[in-house]
Amino acid sequence: MAKLLRLSVSPHIHSGRSTAGIMRDVIIALMPAVIAGTIIFGLRALLVVAVCVASCVLLEAVFNIITKKEQTVGDFSAALTGLLLALNLPAGIPIWQCVVGSAFAIIIVKCLFGGIGCNLVNPAITARVFMLVAFGSMATQSYPTIVDTVAGATPLESIAAGNTPAITDLLLGLKGGAIGETCALALLAGLVYLLVRRVISWHIPVSFVGTVYVLSLIMEGFDFMRALALILSGGLFIGAFFMATDYVTSPTTPAGKIVFGVGAGLLTFLIRYFGTYPEGVSFAILFMNILTPYIDSFTAHKVFGGKKS
Amino acid sequence: MKNDNLSVFTKGIIKENPVFVLVLGTCPTIATTTNLIGAFGMGISALLVLLCSNILISLLRKIIPDNVRIPCYIVIIAGFVTIVQMIVHAYFPELYEMLGVYLALITVNCIILGRAEMFASKNSVGKSALDGLGMGLGFTLALCAMAFIREVFGAASFAGVPIAFLENYKIEFLVKAPGGMLVYGLLIALVCVITHGKAPRKKQFSCEGCPSAEHCHSGICANTENKKEDK
Repeated sequence: MAKLLRLSVSPHIHSGRSTAGIMRDVIIALMPAVIAGTIIFGLRALLVVAVCVASCVLLEAVFNIITKKEQTVGDFSAALTGLLLALNLPAGIPIWQCVVGSAFAIIIVKCLFGGIGCNLVNPAITARVFMLVAFGSMATQSYPTIVDTVAGATPLESIAAGNTPAITDLLLGLKGGAIGETCALALLAGLVYLLVRRVISWHIPVSFVGTVYVLSLIMEGFDFMRALALILSGGLFIGAFFMATDYVTSPTTPAGKIVFGVGAGLLTFLIRYFGTYPEGVSFAILFMNILTPYIDSFTAHKVFGGKKS
Repeated sequence: MKNDNLSVFTKGIIKENPVFVLVLGTCPTIATTTNLIGAFGMGISALLVLLCSNILISLLRKIIPDNVRIPCYIVIIAGFVTIVQMIVHAYFPELYEMLGVYLALITVNCIILGRAEMFASKNSVGKSALDGLGMGLGFTLALCAMAFIREVFGAASFAGVPIAFLENYKIEFLVKAPGGMLVYGLLIALVCVITHGKAPRKKQFSCEGCPSAEHCHSGICANTENKKEDK
C-alpha cells in the first residue's frame, strides 16, 4: 500500500505521521475506557478485551501468511479493531463468541475486502452487529457491576420505562451495558486526547451527538436532563468518538463529515424511539459507512480552476 | 469423444457448478439449505426434473419453433415437476411438507431453464442427459455443502440428529436467510480459489446462451464488457 501511494514529483513534506502512529493514538485514547470497564465490571472485562485483541491480531497474521500478503499486523489496526469490538461487548459474553466475532471482523469484513484501507465498513461495528444478530441473547445480556451485585437493566431500558437515571451515575458509568460504553467521563477524556493530537476532527462527534441530543430533546418535551441522560447512555459516545470517525469508512471533507454525523444521529434516534432494538448506534454507523462513498462524491471540494459541473 | 462426454458430465460438479459458478437457482439454495435432509431432497428432485427435461427438450429441439421455445420448455419442465411432486408426496410425505412450495417452484428454477436454453436445445440427447446429470449432481452437492455448514454450526445437528458437543456453540444466525447469504458468498469464494479463477467468465457464454441474442443489435453485450474492462 505504501509503495503504491508514493508519487513523488513535487517536493513533498512528510508530516511524520504513520498508520501505526494514528492507531497507537486511538488505542491510547481508549485506555481510560478499558480501565474504567475493568473497575466497573471486574477482571472478566479485561479477559474479554485480551481475547478479542489477541484473536484479531493472530487471525490477521495467519490470514496474511496463508494468502502470502504483506504482513500488516505491525500497524496496530487489528489490535484496535479487537479493542473496539471488546469494548462494545457485555462483560459476561462467552469467550468463544468473542473469538467468532473477532474472526468475522478481521477475516470477512477486513481481509477478504483487501485489508486495511479497503474495507467498506468498520470491522468492529460490523462484527458487533453480526454478534447482535447471530447470538440473539447478547443484546439483553447484562453483567453485575461493582455497585449492583445483581445484573440490572441498561440505562436506555430504564429511561424507556420512564425513570431518569442520575447524571453522575451515567458519567461515572455505574450502570449496565457493554464494557467500554458505560463510563462517559473516560470516553470524553479519550475524545479530548484525540482532538488535541489532531487524530480526528470535531465534525463527526459533535454533529452525531448533537443530532441525537436535539431530537431527543424534542421527543422528551424539552426535558433537558432526560435528553442529557439519553446521550450519556448506550453506545452513543464510544460510537460517535471512536467508531464513526474511522478514516477508511467516513467521509473526508468537513461537509461530508457533518452529513455523516447528522445522518448517523438521525438513524440512532429513529431506531431508539421507533425500532425494536433498544440501541441503534451500531446499526446507524454501519448504514452511514455504506453511504460514505456517495456522501464523498456529493461533498467533494470544487477543484480550483476546475470545470463547472 | 468419450473424454468429451466425460467433461460434459464433470463440468457441472465444480468447474461450471450451477450454484457457485453460474450463480443460478439462488432462491432454493438459500431457502432449502437450513437442514441437510431438505437440501438433499431438493437437490435430487431438481436432478430428476433436470435429467428428464434435458432429454425431452433435446429430443424435440428440431420440432419446437424458435419463437415459442420458452413456453414449450416451461410446459415440459412443469410436467416433470408435477410428476416428481406427486412421487415425493406419495413416498416421502415428510419431505414434501418440509420443502413445501419450493418443490413446485422447481418449474421456474433458473438452472433447469438455463440448461434447456444453453445446452439441451443445441446438443444431442446423450450429451444433454449427461449434462443434466452432471448439473443436477453439482446442484445437489452445492446444496448439501451449504446445508451441512448451516445445520452443523447453526443448529448443532447433522441431518436432524443433534450433535451434543456443539449444543452450546450454536451460531443461530447461519440458519436465518442473511446467514445463508454469508455462507453462500464464502463458498463461492472457495470454489473460485479451487478453480483458480479459471471458471468460465460470463463473457464466454453470454451471447451464445442469451435468449435475446437474435434481437440483439451488433453485440451490445460485447461493448458493455469492453467498457467494464476499461474501468
